[in-house]
This record gives sequence, C-alpha cells and structure tokens, in this order.
Amino acid sequence: MKLLKLILASLIAATVFGGASSYAAETISEMRNADILTQDAAPRISKVVNSDERQVRNYPEQPPLIPHKIDGYQIDKRLNKCMTCHSRTAVEQSQAPMISVTHFMNREGQFLASVSPRRFFCTQCHVTQTEAKPPMENTFVDVDDVLDGKTDK
Amino acid sequence: MIKLTRRAVIKAQAVAAAAAAAGASLPAQAANIVTDASKTDLKWSKAACRFCGTGCSIMVATKNDRVVATHGDAQSPVNKGLNCVKGYFLSKIMYGKDRLETPLLRKTDGKYDKEGEFEPVSWDEAFDIMAVKAKEAMKKNGPYAVGMFGSGQWTVWEGYAASKLWKAGFRSNSIDPNARHCMASAVGAFMRTFGIDEPMGCYDDFENADAFVLWGSNMAEMHPVLWTRLADRRLSNPDVKVAVLSTYQHRSFDLADIPMVFTPQTDLVIANFIANYIIQNEAVDMDFVSKHTNFRLGNQDIGYGLRPEHPLQQAAKNADKAGGSKEISFEEYAKFVEPYTLEYAEKMSGVPANRLLELAKLYADPDKKVMSLWTMGANQHTRGVWVNQLFYNIHLLTGKISKPGCGPFSLTGQPSACGTAREVGTFSHRLPADMVVANPAHRKITEEIWKLPDGTIPAKPGYHAVLQSRMLKDGKLNFYWTQVTNNMQAGPNVVEEIYPGWRNPENFVVVSDPYPTVSAMAADLILPTAMWVEKEGAYGNAERRTQFWNQLVSAPGEAKSDLWQTVEFSKRFKVEEVWPEELLAKAPEYRGKTLYDILFANGQVDKFPLSDMNSDYGNHESNDFGFYLQKGLFEEYATFGRGHGHDLADFDVYHKERGLRWPVVNGKETQWRFREGSDPYVGEGKGFEFYGHKDGRARIFALPYEPAAESPDEEYDFWLCTGRVVEHWHTGSMTQRVPELYKAFPDAVCYMHPDDAEAKGLRRGSEVRVVSRRGEITTRIETRGRNKPPKGLVFVPFFDASQLINKVTLDATDPLSKQTDYKKCAVKIVAV
Repeated sequence: MKLLKLILASLIAATVFGGASSYAAETISEMRNADILTQDAAPRISKVVNSDERQVRNYPEQPPLIPHKIDGYQIDKRLNKCMTCHSRTAVEQSQAPMISVTHFMNREGQFLASVSPRRFFCTQCHVTQTEAKPPMENTFVDVDDVLDGKTDK
Repeated sequence: MIKLTRRAVIKAQAVAAAAAAAGASLPAQAANIVTDASKTDLKWSKAACRFCGTGCSIMVATKNDRVVATHGDAQSPVNKGLNCVKGYFLSKIMYGKDRLETPLLRKTDGKYDKEGEFEPVSWDEAFDIMAVKAKEAMKKNGPYAVGMFGSGQWTVWEGYAASKLWKAGFRSNSIDPNARHCMASAVGAFMRTFGIDEPMGCYDDFENADAFVLWGSNMAEMHPVLWTRLADRRLSNPDVKVAVLSTYQHRSFDLADIPMVFTPQTDLVIANFIANYIIQNEAVDMDFVSKHTNFRLGNQDIGYGLRPEHPLQQAAKNADKAGGSKEISFEEYAKFVEPYTLEYAEKMSGVPANRLLELAKLYADPDKKVMSLWTMGANQHTRGVWVNQLFYNIHLLTGKISKPGCGPFSLTGQPSACGTAREVGTFSHRLPADMVVANPAHRKITEEIWKLPDGTIPAKPGYHAVLQSRMLKDGKLNFYWTQVTNNMQAGPNVVEEIYPGWRNPENFVVVSDPYPTVSAMAADLILPTAMWVEKEGAYGNAERRTQFWNQLVSAPGEAKSDLWQTVEFSKRFKVEEVWPEELLAKAPEYRGKTLYDILFANGQVDKFPLSDMNSDYGNHESNDFGFYLQKGLFEEYATFGRGHGHDLADFDVYHKERGLRWPVVNGKETQWRFREGSDPYVGEGKGFEFYGHKDGRARIFALPYEPAAESPDEEYDFWLCTGRVVEHWHTGSMTQRVPELYKAFPDAVCYMHPDDAEAKGLRRGSEVRVVSRRGEITTRIETRGRNKPPKGLVFVPFFDASQLINKVTLDATDPLSKQTDYKKCAVKIVAV
C-alpha cells in the first residue's frame, strides 16, 4: 500500500496531462479533458436535431442520416413506423424520400414485391444526429474536392 | 456547409448551361457534372471491415492516395452488399485530425523522464530507449518481465510476428491479446468439449434454421449484418421462431417471439434446466449421444480469478484445480441435472415458466433446426467456459450440431479474434494451430518449424491480460508494449489495478496507436501506427473465413504498421543478449546474429521476392525490408495447420477470393466441420467425428450453477452491466472521430428502469455518480431509448473516453479462461 500511495502522490505532483508544452497540448487527446483518475462533470444529454433538412452525403453509398426525431418509433416484427412515410406508396402524401431501390433486393440482388426483410431494421444503418459538437475534426476529403486537387497530402 | 436555396441552385445551373451553349471552354470543374472518365474513375479494391467479428467484405474506393468511398461488397457471401452504420463510415476512420505522425517520448531537458512531457522523437531514438528498457527489465526480473498486450484486431501476420518475437526471441510467454477480454471463455469451452477451437457451423446456418436462440447476445447492435440475415430468415418465414435471453431488454427483443429477461448469472440454471427437460421428456438423440459423446463431471467451487489473497479465492475449494474433471455415465449426468426443474429455473431466473418451457421445447423438438448464438454475455462471465459448455451439452444431447441450420454458434467480438488471436495462438499459453506452450511435443513442433534449438520456447504460460496489469502494479512486469488496443479504457478495474502499474516508476510502457487514446496518454512512449488499409492485412472472422486486403493508401507522416514496428524492433537485439549460453551452444550458427536474422531473415520468411507483390499496390513494410514479408510470414505460419485440421490455402489465393473458410483442403473450403461429406477430416462411414479429441467424441460436461463474484447488497444495490452500442467500435478511438457517428451517440449514459429512477428522485438527464467499491464515474440517467433494464440493473456502454466505466468494474475472471466478467458487479447510483 505504501508503494501505491507513493505512486499516486508522484502522479498528482506531475503535470503529465496538463499540456505544459505547446506540442503536448496540441497532440494529446481532446476526447478526454481530465486526468484518468479525476472525473469531469457529465455533459447534458444532447438534443436530437429535428430540422428535417437533408444533409450532403460523404459519398453516394453512405446511408442518409435521419434529420428528425424518432423517439418512441416502433420498429419491430409487428410494425415499422418509418415506413408510414418512407415506403414507396407513402411518399406522395408524406413528401419524404422513398427508401432506396436497393432496399427491395434480396441477398441475390433480385427485386422483391416489397421491402426486403434484411433491410427491415432501419436504425442499423440510419441514425439521427444530436446537437453535440464533435470534439475532433475529421479531414476526410469529398471526392469532388479530390478531383479539384484539394487534398491536404 | 453553405446553405443553398432551390432558387440559387437553379441560377447557378443556368450559368453553366448558358456557358456550355455559347461554346465557352469552361474548366472541367466548372461544368455542373464531371463526366471525364480519367477523373471520375475510382480505383475499387476489396478489404475486410475494420470492426466486428462478422467479417463483412468492403469495397474501398481510392483516388490520389485518399480513401474517398466505401460500401458493402455485393460479391461477399458474408454481407452481400450490406454494412452497418459503422461500416458505411469506414471511409472516415483514418482521417481524424489528431492522427499521430511521429513517435512521442516523455522527456525532461532532452532526456527520457517518466514524469516528463511528450516530445517528438525519431524512430531510431524510440527503438533505442525501448531496447534499453527491455534489456533492463530482462536483467532485473527475467524474460517474463518483458510483456506485450496485443489484439484481436491485429492482422494475422502482425500477431504471428509478435508472438514469434516474444515466445522464441525474448523467450517470454508474457504476450496476450485483448481477445482475452473477449473470446477466451469460448476458446476454453471449445477445447474442453471438442478438443479443437472455433465453430463447427457457418453463416449459411442463418438461411437454414427454424429457430434462433440468443443467449445474452444483442446481435441487432453488435453483429448488425448477421442480424440482417437472421431477420431476413425470421420475417420471410413466419414459422421461424426467435428466442432472446438477456439480463435487460435491448434492440434484439424487437424481433423476439420468446423474450426473456433473466437475473444475472442464472443462464447456468436455464441451460441446465433445458438439458434436464430434454432428458425427462425422452428427447435425447440416443444414437448420436452413444456414438459421438461421452460424459464428464467438472470440478466445482473454482473461485473467481481474483488475486490469491482475496477472501473469495481463499474460500474456494478448487481454486488451484479449476480445470479438473472425471468421467461419468449418462445416468450420472442425468441425475446431476435433475434438480434443475422448471420451478427452480423460474425461481432463480425470474423468467416466467411458460416462456422457459417454450424455449426448452424448441430444443427438444426433433424436427426443429435450432441455432444458438452468443458472445460477450456468455464469455465475459466468471463461469464463461461452463456456460459455453452447457450450450454445447444441449446441442449434443439432441444431435443438433454440424448440420445446416443447426448448431451452437459462438459469435466473435473482434475482426480477427479468430484469425489472429486464436488461430495464430497469441495467448500467453498458446502456440499456432491450437497448440500450447505447456506441451513439450507442441513446443518441439514449433521449434522445428521456426528452425530453433530444442528448449528455446519456455514451457511456463506467461502473464495473461488481467495478470499483466497486476504484475505491472507489483513491479514484476517492467517493459510493456501494447498494440491495437486501449486497455486503460477497456480493461477492468482501472483505478486499482491498471493505472498504478502503467505509472509505476519501475516500468516502461509503450503504446502503438493511430490516435492519442486514453492508453497512449498514460504511456511513456507512443508509436504512430499505420492502420487498416494503410497496410496489407489479413483477418479471420467468426465462421473461420480468412480474408486479405492490400495496402490501398499511404499512412500519414512517419506512421508505420505494427508489423513493421515489431520486426524492426527485433534488429535491436543480439541473440547473446537474450538467450542463455547453454541454448546458444545448441545452435552455434546463430552466434553474433540479431533476433531479426534468426526469426525473420531465416530463409523462410524472407524467401519471397518483392516481385511477387501486386504492382498495383504499395507495401511499406516489404519495400523497407527487401522481401515480401507478409507472404513469408503467412506461408511459414500456414505450415502449422496444413494437414492438421487447420489448413489454409496458398497466400495468393486469398488476394483473389472473398475469403475462404478453413480447413481448405484441395482448394475446397469447409462449411460444416465434424460431419461426413462436408468436412474432409471425418472418416468414411463415421457420420460425425469430433476429431479434436483422440477418441473422436465430444464431451458433455456436468457443471452446476454457482453465484457471481459480486452481487448487489444493501449499500451497492444495483447490478452494473457494461457493453457496446451499434454506432461505436469498442473504446470509440476510431468512431468517435467520425462526426456523424459521434453526433449519433456522443456520450455514454446510464440506462435505468424509470421506477428505479423515480424512487431515487431522478429522471431522464439527471446527473449521477455510478460508484462501486473500486471507483466511480459521473454520467447522466437515461430512462428511455434502446435499452430497458429491469429494476435493480443499470447498463453503461464503455465507448466514451470521458466516462471511463471500467474505473468501476471488477477484475474477477473465469478461473478457467482468465476472461473478465464485465457484465456483473455491484454499484450504487448517487445523485450529483
């Protein structure tokens, strides 16, 4: 125990995670502000963005993000609430985007009469967005910018 | 993002159209659609997904040395074009802005100082200090004082090279993968029941089963693409049934016909009840059982894998004989499970009797093909090996095994927990192809393949994951290198057992990672790693499928793959510095050589020239060493399994195929092992043969219910269960850096029953402390959403670096597998 106390004391004394040099401050993770042994206050639960504004996809294959709340949506073997607006036949009234044609294909790539059961659980691929601000920027470059030569490499 | 109104878009388009009509020569990028093939053509290559054990195949598009798009590979039998939300965002995982591009060493006044600040250093300086510290450690506490913690996310050759350097080069078995936290119980049960590791079935079972039983698994979030196959089967065929067992309600319950929430640890009771029901109702397949199985009684009261001085260890009768067992008869086995009645199972588990009965009938019905599925709920369990074995018992008693649509299926957590951790044998007690260090014959085979003198590989198992933490703290493990893992966030009992060891002044800790993780922050030296498609790789998934990919883009800065780091480090050791004279005397030709010369430039690993590589792709390691390193390592490794039930195809084949399931014999993969006609190793006329055991029989083990290591009491009144969410991979070091995934699930929360919250005066969003006897975190209460715990249990995911729930968990392990139980400990919830 004595040894442990000694170690802990030396740790508290050290400014290891304080980022004293400018290089360390830049490099060390912004995913965690506090020393490992201390504890930050927990951020509030972030609100889900409910703007209904569609977002640009990073590439055409990316599943579109859900731009509205889905609190309490029933998606189980009895009902799929998402389909009340996004099914092929619902979109005229809802003016929501129809589910992609890929969602009618079975494993063999053949079209079915209705949505494929393998695509039944929407939230495996489509997610809502909260108002939380990402702590770390991502430098992924959109292919259009790659074509324009705007890569940072 | 700039917002454009519809009107503005039309106006911009009109300008472009007018310019085109006037014949004005606009630059290509000014037209509103680029059609020039030289610009729009993307280079598409195959790869394996970076995340879970499902092993989806991915198509990756590159342009100008950047990944610009990814999608599910339509040609892959695993995922047929699908991905989960994480998989669809693979394109962005390498581009977090804080990628590490140079080694960083803690220094004060230009010299290494454990309490210093991180400063950039050259690779040379990094390896210099590492070599000094490793040699000091060996001198002080022997070879086992040099340790490595690796990963089920290592590529096959990364794990193989590390294992070889440690077990043969340093002569230290103190190397273990984080798969110890993940799959060790599954391995233990396979070895005990079948004598050979990994599932007998394959994913084709999903399209053939009549019923699915999830034992503690939440496939809807943790194996999403396999869940699409299961959902496809269930929803396309209304007669198919899905039973879901868990200690709390989660997304997989959305498809459940038989939903069951049970009291933690009572899966042992439920499984034994089913076996008893099968026997009582004469549903045993006596022909199968008499030809292909025998029965054993396992030792009981085996302890909880805690430190030896812990009262629970002191009280356990068989703590030092946990693996013992003796042969019994079928009648004795039947007698053993007799107390596990429906009434007892209902009382213990809290699951209504009618549902338990419905579940038992699925298994007992001879006409129903049943697939059982489990992952961490069963493996991260102080009786993990037992509970895995109890599932096998049910399938063996009914003969529902090794047939299409029928079988027990142990799902894997990590992308190469099977391919690397298990098959390569990077555990502290294992060697390739299911061999173990304790067996002299196995060591001899290994030494012969590696061209090493007799006695090179030590017989004593090294420090396993949890023991590594304890030995660091105790000052017995002094040089520690971790690759592709983040144990300061993912390991158990961080405050008491992990952090003190890493910061122990006697120790030197190295972390290789693409990003500054919590572990990297706690290390003394950080090495920048080339990740995923920045290197040539191979993964092996849960259905024994080995998949390869090429290096598709360059790594940033000076980042290098873990493979390069390990092999390059081996050049820093002259054999005289690490081997004793009596060993060297047996191989005088090695005198004066480095470990690199002996282990890697050994005439085998270096025998394939650079011209064997595909010239369409880079390969930073091979170009540096001057030979096709990955091919040499793989072919040497494959020698272990060929002809011994673990046959791998030739290296080049895997670069063409969407993976193949071993054993691959005469170019043909194996779907169902142990069954004649499907598995080439089963003898003619045998029907089934469990050839892992010499007698060709699987073992049915009599094993009881025993309580958890720690249960709620008056003060610590809640069960804590930890786990994952679909949006994030493990500790979030990649997925938290993808803005869309971050914003989908930014912070950990504590899922709690609304009545429990109300009783404590809490509601959704209340700030609370989750406190155990070991540590605490601050988080927010969530009473809605995807997870619905019963009263008395809370669930907290571990992806969030700012809320380290493993400061709270207990480092109790299964005494057989040494795997931690992350699903059960006692906590109290205190309002802030």
